[in-house]
Amino acid sequence: MMSRKSAIVLGGSSDIGRATARAFAKAGYDVALAGRDVAALEPDAADLRARYNVEVGLHKFDVLNTASFDGFVAGLPALPDVVISIVGLLGVQQNAESDLAHAATIMRSNYEGPSLILGLFAEKCLARGSGTLVGVSSVAGDRGRASNYVYGSAKAGFSAFLSGLRARASHGGVHVVTVKPGFVRTKMTEGMKLIGPLTVEAPVVGDAILAAVGNKTDVVYVSGKWRLVMLIIKTLPEAVFKKLKF
Amino acid sequence: MTLVSGWGRFPVVDSDVLRPRSFAAVGEAVAAGTIARGNGRAYGDAAIGTVRTVTMTGFDRVRSFDPATGRIRLEAGVLLADLIETFGPRGFLPFVVPGTRFVSIGGAVAADVHGKNHHCEGGFGRYVDSILLRTGQGEVIEASREQNSDAFFATIGGMGLTGIILEATMRLRTVETGWIRERVICASDLDAAMRALDAGDSATYSVAWIDCVARGKDLGRSLIYLGEHAGKDELTEGAAAFPVGKDSGLGVPVDLPAMTLNRYSIRAFNEMYYRMGARRAGGSRVVSLYPYFFPLDSIADWNRIYGRRGFLQHQCVIPEAGARDVLGEILERVARRGDASFLAVLKKLGQGDGILSFPLPGYTLALDFPVRGDILNFLDEIDRLVVAAGGRLYLAKDARQSRATFAAGYPALQRFNAIRKSLDPAGNIRSKLSQRLFDEV
Repeated sequence: MMSRKSAIVLGGSSDIGRATARAFAKAGYDVALAGRDVAALEPDAADLRARYNVEVGLHKFDVLNTASFDGFVAGLPALPDVVISIVGLLGVQQNAESDLAHAATIMRSNYEGPSLILGLFAEKCLARGSGTLVGVSSVAGDRGRASNYVYGSAKAGFSAFLSGLRARASHGGVHVVTVKPGFVRTKMTEGMKLIGPLTVEAPVVGDAILAAVGNKTDVVYVSGKWRLVMLIIKTLPEAVFKKLKF
Repeated sequence: MTLVSGWGRFPVVDSDVLRPRSFAAVGEAVAAGTIARGNGRAYGDAAIGTVRTVTMTGFDRVRSFDPATGRIRLEAGVLLADLIETFGPRGFLPFVVPGTRFVSIGGAVAADVHGKNHHCEGGFGRYVDSILLRTGQGEVIEASREQNSDAFFATIGGMGLTGIILEATMRLRTVETGWIRERVICASDLDAAMRALDAGDSATYSVAWIDCVARGKDLGRSLIYLGEHAGKDELTEGAAAFPVGKDSGLGVPVDLPAMTLNRYSIRAFNEMYYRMGARRAGGSRVVSLYPYFFPLDSIADWNRIYGRRGFLQHQCVIPEAGARDVLGEILERVARRGDASFLAVLKKLGQGDGILSFPLPGYTLALDFPVRGDILNFLDEIDRLVVAAGGRLYLAKDARQSRATFAAGYPALQRFNAIRKSLDPAGNIRSKLSQRLFDEV
């Protein structure tokens, strides 16, 4: 029997992480979930095994502990075919404006950690000559906004990192996907006012990531409407943009 | 506070809505006046807390599955749609599915939902082996036929009033395919319809669609749909053993004006529906389980057809003896009114399993009415006929019956309340429905 393909989800306990793991397991992948609290991931592992009869591994991973990254990758039983980074932290913009530690945590959670870990996996994949790396970034990184520029700037950095990595890795048989989900109804956005027609459920994101990996798509706006919305927002002259309160 | 309503969008009520992420958080969410809510497909006020409504759809994990026995343990927020989509292709389906697949497991247990096979295979609760229940008192208990059996039988059909259902273990049936061999029988009046349903007793699935605008000699004219699980050898070559649950793309984007549904539009629709069905009568054909079991699911937000003020579903069950006359009388009055909508459904039920389960051996009739005019008075009159015949109304659909109607229809209420009291002495678990129908004032 041909061995099954494998995927690892970094940030496996998030709503998008769970949905993505389900999408890949449903498609027949063996799945590994990585997160800070391995015990909390057990029910999700049981869910995937019971539903799809696939192998599910659990691994401890903390995106802020960059010193542990080498050991984390070396400790995996095998190098996965697909590596998906869902990790991120919305944080609270107002707090981040005066609390440097909070701002730094947002920046590190959305840019430093995800970039370093995917960069590390990229080296291993390039050595092997195959693999797909997926980074979940955000439409918030397309242009800094008054209401969330700490988060947005970190996502912008992550998007730029992914774009550069893609250009380089494509010569070595490794594909890089950037995912910009837009509004998703999750724990992260609970209590926020989301615009209905622009909002999707987590499983839609999971399916979009699976499709992007299969189709070798470079940049995915999960809801196509966001591509247009962000095109408009990106092309507004700065003189106009700074007067808008959003 | 959030405005909350059931699928019928009547009544609309203020309630705190909480969405806990862990069972511990579910426990913390319970305060005086709390009820659990699944996917919000109960029509009336059953899943609205008097103070707090605890949404359970985040709990959507399968805990374990044994393909050798078909036994599965699920968190309460798993939707039947998810279960069917995931395990159908592996050859397993729920024994009982109601008319929509968008109900949660917890909701299906709490309402002891029935399907088109209740007359021979019973209700949802019959295939539930155990329940993990967080009582109003704060305990988490496992209840089954052997252990905490009072709590078990009060929870099956107990409308969430015994506590918050966290998980359920149930049995799935094995199927060769996801297709149904359907046979349509055309009945020219109510007598013919009831005879056809009686004759369909041995069919696994049976249901009648009644034209509830037809009067006179056509009163009760129906199309009866019988169904059996199709084997692999019955599929056309190349057909997948399990069909895909396609979204038709149809939806109702806005609330339609109340006048859209009137006696003329309904009559025209029913006439067309009846004639199209009559053309298929006699023969049998193999159809996907999705249109067979869930005819309305393919139209998103169909409840908006009834306009902003919402609609009421009246679903009663009438004991077998004397059912013909009472059903005839109800249909006659409904036809005279002319504004009951399409999808009036008649089917046979067997004995229910839970203390407060709706089914009893007889015929059940389900009718939809837009909320307008004197509809509440009209339905009170229908209720008097139901009560006189020893029948009762389905709590998962109800939004307006009186205490007297309810008490007459559910004689086991005292026993239910005693069990409820023992699980929740302080009376924390309460819904708008229990407040309306049977909590002490």
